[in-house]
Amino acid sequence: MTRDEAVAAEGPWDVIVQDERSWWRLGLGEVWRYRDLLMLMVRRDLLAVYKQTVLGPAWQVVQPLLTSIMFAVVFGIMARMSLPNIPPLLFYMSAVVPWGLFSGVVTRISQTLVWNSALMTKVYFPRLVPPLATLLSTGFSFLVQLAAFFLFAIGYAVTDRFTWGIGVEALAIPALLLLLLALAFGIGLLVAALSVRYRDLGFLIGFALQLLMYMSPVIFPLSRVEEGTGLRALLEANPVTPIIEGFRAALFGLPMEWATLIYSAAVAAVALGSGLLLFQRVQRYFADVI
Amino acid sequence: MPPVVIEARDLHKRYRLGVIGREALVGDAKAAWQSMRGRGGKPVPPDPSRGEQRDGNWFWSLRGVSFDVRQGDVLGVLGRNGAGKSTLLKLLSRISVPTMGTIKMRGRVSSLLEVGTGFHPELTGRENIYLNGAILGMRKAEIDRKLDEIIAFSGIEHHLDSPIKRYSSGMKVRLGFSVAAHLEPEILIVDEVLAVGDAEFQKKCLGSMRQVADGGRTILFVSHNMVSVQSLCTRAIWMENGLVRREGETDDLVRDYLDTYAHKHSEQRWPEGEGPGTDDVRLLSVRAVSSDPGGAFITDQSVRVEIEVDNRSIGDEDLDVRLQVRTGNDAIAFCSDLSTALPATLWNMGRSKVSCTIPPNLLNSNTYRFHVVFFRRGHLLFRAEDVLSFDVQEAARPGSNFRKVPGAVRPALQWQR
Repeated sequence: MTRDEAVAAEGPWDVIVQDERSWWRLGLGEVWRYRDLLMLMVRRDLLAVYKQTVLGPAWQVVQPLLTSIMFAVVFGIMARMSLPNIPPLLFYMSAVVPWGLFSGVVTRISQTLVWNSALMTKVYFPRLVPPLATLLSTGFSFLVQLAAFFLFAIGYAVTDRFTWGIGVEALAIPALLLLLLALAFGIGLLVAALSVRYRDLGFLIGFALQLLMYMSPVIFPLSRVEEGTGLRALLEANPVTPIIEGFRAALFGLPMEWATLIYSAAVAAVALGSGLLLFQRVQRYFADVI
Repeated sequence: MPPVVIEARDLHKRYRLGVIGREALVGDAKAAWQSMRGRGGKPVPPDPSRGEQRDGNWFWSLRGVSFDVRQGDVLGVLGRNGAGKSTLLKLLSRISVPTMGTIKMRGRVSSLLEVGTGFHPELTGRENIYLNGAILGMRKAEIDRKLDEIIAFSGIEHHLDSPIKRYSSGMKVRLGFSVAAHLEPEILIVDEVLAVGDAEFQKKCLGSMRQVADGGRTILFVSHNMVSVQSLCTRAIWMENGLVRREGETDDLVRDYLDTYAHKHSEQRWPEGEGPGTDDVRLLSVRAVSSDPGGAFITDQSVRVEIEVDNRSIGDEDLDVRLQVRTGNDAIAFCSDLSTALPATLWNMGRSKVSCTIPPNLLNSNTYRFHVVFFRRGHLLFRAEDVLSFDVQEAARPGSNFRKVPGAVRPALQWQR
């Protein structure tokens, strides 16, 4: 019996461990095989954080609500930066919630390898699982927060304090959500891959996100900034800007700027593609470097 | 012959030496640039015949390791610290990838490098069973099916719904182990660190592994504990400096291994600053002297043990020294802590010499190996292994039949009627 015949008789190999040098192997099939782990990690992320708290998962809503109230008082009521015909609380919630999703996903995914290092140096599983779990759990929190927004908006509308102009633009919400997730996931993976070797990025990302928030229309509507100014150009260069504006348009029935969203989509595609590739390339050596 | 289920070919693994900092950034940029221009090429391993594992800024932890494991084999991997065992384990567990070479495996592979990997302190025992099981590669349906068994095996039913941060460490280990025991892999890769813990737990671990082996499954067991290797493994490979030095039947291999590493010596002396230890404290000499006029170690003679230490900077109350006496197959016969026997003021700065006497009729007719372990405030400082090693002969007593009496020690007990 030759060697090949022997292999044929014994069946194919199930596991092959070697240095994968091709750039495009993403190993998504392997992730699918570990989908139960993925769901359990999502559960862990959602449950573990709020254990031993009185409010429990309600914090998912309370946190962005407190931020929105703070922004509404400081920037809306005192500085009069929000739009006149929208209650400041709703105006800020409509941006704080999607921004929270973006910055939450980026921060948590960029730290995912370092946080899970104890696990990853002891056992094999597809390294994309923890970041995907973060993406899903943060996405879930977002949906809960969005539901809270709708409750508040209905409350305001029913008590006649505000005419809610929500219309067909609201149908764009799922697409906006996907776009935001793709952008955040891509950036998060890029930072995660690079910070394995260079932890400096872990420190920088907090500042970068803060800067990016002030460069986005979270605190004031884009229309408040005069066109053609340097500040406006800065805001428009931020790929999150069109998405935040898009959410406001969708939630309050304002005109949607499709052209700028294409720019966001292009940046998201590049970030997601390069993030996935770099992450997959780095994770093989992760256990040696950490 | 049963089919080959693990095939390792020409495994190489290199690690970067030193700290990652600014130089690494420059190096990475260069490497990335070269690889983009298609020039990076493959790393070139050093020639294994020339014993050199270091290569510039790289250290080659494995330098061409190949072996086959057949179904049902229980393969022990022997080797001293730094031989490449842990690296091999990491590659087999898929935690890291080889720099060169391949491993191919058939069937479901589970590797246990730790008990209770991924336990989350805030989650309950039950939630953690699921999380840990899934991390080890079980499907949820499978865990559902085995949940009752796992809970029963762990014996902590009553605490199952409290967060495991309230568990004692023993309970955590039991929970982790009962999940691991229900993995049912076709290939099991185990690290010896699993065998730490109390004696009862060790027995349970080994017993459960033996059950796996009896079920026709394949086990790869990495260890430098000869007792467990001998009791468990059918075959073994012996690693040295990143290469397979020998491969064969366990008993032969263990005997050769011990012969090679356990040179017989009843006295050792090191030049100042070169003995085993740290910059703070070092051994200067160790010596074992028999009370027998001929100098032979005999069961009915006492043995005087002298240890000379050069203490540079550790306060006298912080330092403790333990004499660990092991038998030839690495089982601990007994230990003696100096702090419990002598006042702490013993360790003045500079050189000091301590000695003790092992009474007659305590040692059996065995090979004994002495380790000296240094602790600083209860934390392990370093371990000087095999500083002494010698055979004890049976005393020629009237009426004795010269047959070997088993046991790590053989104290003379006073029997009465």
